[in-house]
Amino acid sequence: MMKHNLGRILIYSILILWAFISLFPIYWTFSTSFKTAVNVTQGHLLPWLDFRPDWKGWRSLGLSPDTIFETSTVREEFLKRFANSLIASIGGSLLAVAIGSLAAYGLSRFEYKFAIWRNKDISFFFLSQLILPPVVLAMPFLVLYKELALLDSRVGLILIYALTVLPIVIWIMRDQFDTIPIELEQAAMVDGCSIWGAFLRIVLPIALPGMVAAFILSVILCWNEYFFAALLTSTTAKTLPVMVASQTGSQGIAWWSMAALSTAAIAPLILIGVFLEKYIVKGLTAGAVK
Amino acid sequence: MTANAPTTTNDQLPVGYDVPEIRRKSGRMLVTAATTALAVIVLFQTLYSAGASPYGFENWRPVMYAYILWGICVGAGQVMMHGEAGHRALFLLPALLFTIALVIFPTFFGLYIAFTDWNLSAFDPPKFNGWANLKSLMADAYYWNALLNMIYYVLAVGAQYTIAFGLALLLNADIKARKFFRVAFLLPFMLSPVAVSWMIGKSLMEYRFGPISTLARLFGWDNPAFFTTPWIARASIMVMDAWVSIPFIMILLLAGLQALPKEIIEAAKVDGATAWQSFWQITFPLMLPVSVTAVILRIIFELKLADIVINVTSGGPGGATDTVSSFIFREYRDRANVGYGTMLAEFYLVIIIIFVTLLLKLVSGRMRKMT
Repeated sequence: MMKHNLGRILIYSILILWAFISLFPIYWTFSTSFKTAVNVTQGHLLPWLDFRPDWKGWRSLGLSPDTIFETSTVREEFLKRFANSLIASIGGSLLAVAIGSLAAYGLSRFEYKFAIWRNKDISFFFLSQLILPPVVLAMPFLVLYKELALLDSRVGLILIYALTVLPIVIWIMRDQFDTIPIELEQAAMVDGCSIWGAFLRIVLPIALPGMVAAFILSVILCWNEYFFAALLTSTTAKTLPVMVASQTGSQGIAWWSMAALSTAAIAPLILIGVFLEKYIVKGLTAGAVK
Repeated sequence: MTANAPTTTNDQLPVGYDVPEIRRKSGRMLVTAATTALAVIVLFQTLYSAGASPYGFENWRPVMYAYILWGICVGAGQVMMHGEAGHRALFLLPALLFTIALVIFPTFFGLYIAFTDWNLSAFDPPKFNGWANLKSLMADAYYWNALLNMIYYVLAVGAQYTIAFGLALLLNADIKARKFFRVAFLLPFMLSPVAVSWMIGKSLMEYRFGPISTLARLFGWDNPAFFTTPWIARASIMVMDAWVSIPFIMILLLAGLQALPKEIIEAAKVDGATAWQSFWQITFPLMLPVSVTAVILRIIFELKLADIVINVTSGGPGGATDTVSSFIFREYRDRANVGYGTMLAEFYLVIIIIFVTLLLKLVSGRMRKMT
């Protein structure tokens, strides 16, 4: 019994240690956004106990209670970047889930033959895009977008984000469709449904949780994307990660404002992580585990 | 992807009616007409931008619209020509045309750029220079150094895997508040690498006031500079990368552990096997397919590592933390050296295609079927 208890204590201490490792940087960032210079340099950690929370960081963003109703150029800039990130990641994910689900359904149900290409080759073609590092596409895209007048535009970002998450969406959705028994569609088609009718009315509602999982995972990946955004956008379409990165070097010891900016940038993700964890896990594990 | 998925043949779904000859003909005409129109517009605009013709569009945007229209016509043509089979092709066409347009063109165009001397800041048009870029690549010590770093970073995946496996086992044990621990462990994966760069690299590890530096001083390291000596800097980047990536492997392994048949492990316990024995002789071998899948996916993502390095060290000190991607990023952004940078990228692509193919060959049969 003694030994058993010792084991449990060990398990819980490791779990708590790792939870601390995972959460402390987030806590640190959040709490630092309420610190002043003295608190930063003296390394104070606990609000009210060893430092008095101050709105300084949020004031520099124009998001503190006393500045929120005043005009603030920093806040406008921040909100613009936030909106860009939101539109680019949601737009790209919607596009990828729409065309990716269609393709995944086709690959799961029918046998294709394009010249020498069969289902296996087509699936591999889509999945192989995962290997492609962004640096390979970056320059050609810069040139292509310049010619198409898509440089520094949200549409351009949406297209490239849809491209980068498409393999993952197809991976997840094929797994989803494979688990739906084909008899359902057969029955519907005997009743006079067309292929598309059976897909839209019978299969899609069943596969919806999978689509939500693919969508959420895509949004997270797009929201965090930095490489393409840094190279392909400048003034109008710049996203939040680019703004965070450009502030990193220039702030010096003004940690409170960087911390406020970082907190605002990661807050949506934390909320998604806490409330939609089920879907993220579902998306991540699709296809890899059966 | 699963190997035992319900495979479907054409016979399983009722095959539609025969397509009348007239429909088939008009379908073929539609596709031919659309293709011709697209070709004409492309030719028209090519001549204009080459200066050979006075008429054309201001930019290539209309060609993009023409391509979309062409795609729609091809889809409609498929339905008209092949009936039921055309409807089936319609599921695949959008994704296929989208990917081909956005990948095939840039890849081939990239190959062309790679063999040119082109600097964006010089305002000169690209100039073909044959193998010169490849020759300077061969002599570029910083590039080879970045490639060597990639080997270290990929090897670090092994450590990530070990830690992730341990955590997955703990989460799979009979514990209270599992949901809390699972969410807490997953959170780092959600955060953007750019934010992590500041949160950990630039503030927690900051030399003067960062808590980790303070802690290191407490443990007797008088001079906790995390980014000034090559190996410590590299290790610091690896730690940050691991912090973000371990949850990904952990979640896959946890799902694998939960899918294991309970009876076998129970039976081993009854037979008197210790936890250590039953792990190495039962759990670990059964988990091999999931493990291999998780590690391969992680390696593929690891090969793209860039954001953290760009934002924390810019490759320093002296290129010790540089990844190939971050090195090329600076080549583009700071030196605007498009031709050479693209050659570096294409060369890297060839290397990783060979590497990943060999890797997949090596482990084939040991992992879950991907396609």
